[in-house]
Amino acid sequence: MPDSTAVGLEREEQQRPELLHHFADPQQQRDASSLGMWVFLATEVMFFGGLFCAYLIYRHWYFGDFGAASKSIDATLGATNTAVLICSSLTVVLAVWAAQTARRTLLLASLALTMILGLAFLGIKAVEYKDKFEEHHVPGASFSFDNVPIPGHPGEYANPRHAQIFFSLYFVMTGLHALHMIVGLGIFCWLFYAAWKGRFTPEYHTPVEIGGLYWHFVDIVWIYLFPLLYLIDRHP
Amino acid sequence: MYFTIWVALLVGTYITYKAAFIELGPFNAIVALGIATIKATLVALFFMHAWHASEKLTKLVVIAALFFLLLLLGLTMTDYATRPWS
Repeated sequence: MPDSTAVGLEREEQQRPELLHHFADPQQQRDASSLGMWVFLATEVMFFGGLFCAYLIYRHWYFGDFGAASKSIDATLGATNTAVLICSSLTVVLAVWAAQTARRTLLLASLALTMILGLAFLGIKAVEYKDKFEEHHVPGASFSFDNVPIPGHPGEYANPRHAQIFFSLYFVMTGLHALHMIVGLGIFCWLFYAAWKGRFTPEYHTPVEIGGLYWHFVDIVWIYLFPLLYLIDRHP
Repeated sequence: MYFTIWVALLVGTYITYKAAFIELGPFNAIVALGIATIKATLVALFFMHAWHASEKLTKLVVIAALFFLLLLLGLTMTDYATRPWS
């Protein structure tokens, strides 16, 4: 037999998600949620940090081979994708602002635009991966990277084994980043649905804010991936 | 405000892209990573509202995450970069 006061409390919480009973005020509740998200993002920093660390070590060891391998990637596609992600970050902050100020149309439009830009990013990424598959630059049995000159060292050629390490890091890092984008798209689909149902108010818009934090973090990871993977030793 | 940051981020991307094709020696990497750090800082401070975070704990988490990342990268590289025998 459930306690009737507990049931009553639970019902009240469902009706007022803006203030759960164990928080003093809505501000404290919002701070607690965003603090939790920041702690999660700190673990994500360490997660990607390990990969960046591996990248730095091998870039240091196989400096020229990495330069040669990086040059084979289309930097224009990478730059376009950076711009696409930055635009999506703008639509995310607009969505958060719209939720705070109860602008329903702007909120829905910003969330939809964010998803469109996210899909555009993944589309461009797919084109890039397709190129790499066709050029046999995917690590594995059919990998081939023969007679590629090392930038700045005429007459020297990249070691295919070392170049393969670059492409392994390229696929793992961009692949994990793309996986984060796909998760982000899922979150934004749900946010769009909840916003459509009118669940967000100026008092309660925590999910939009938290989802936004996640999206911006994924953007920051890309801001570093872009120069490290696409732009090393580009100059003639 | 948000639009200013957005324009700054796009300009930063354009400069990074163009600078990569100019011969700068070791400064290519410094310029690229320097601009990336400025961009990441802008996103964290203004888009993620870390600058106006009402809770000091949030700022502490951000600083702690950066500290441990730098510890990981910095100490690893001081090892690998000073191994002439390998």
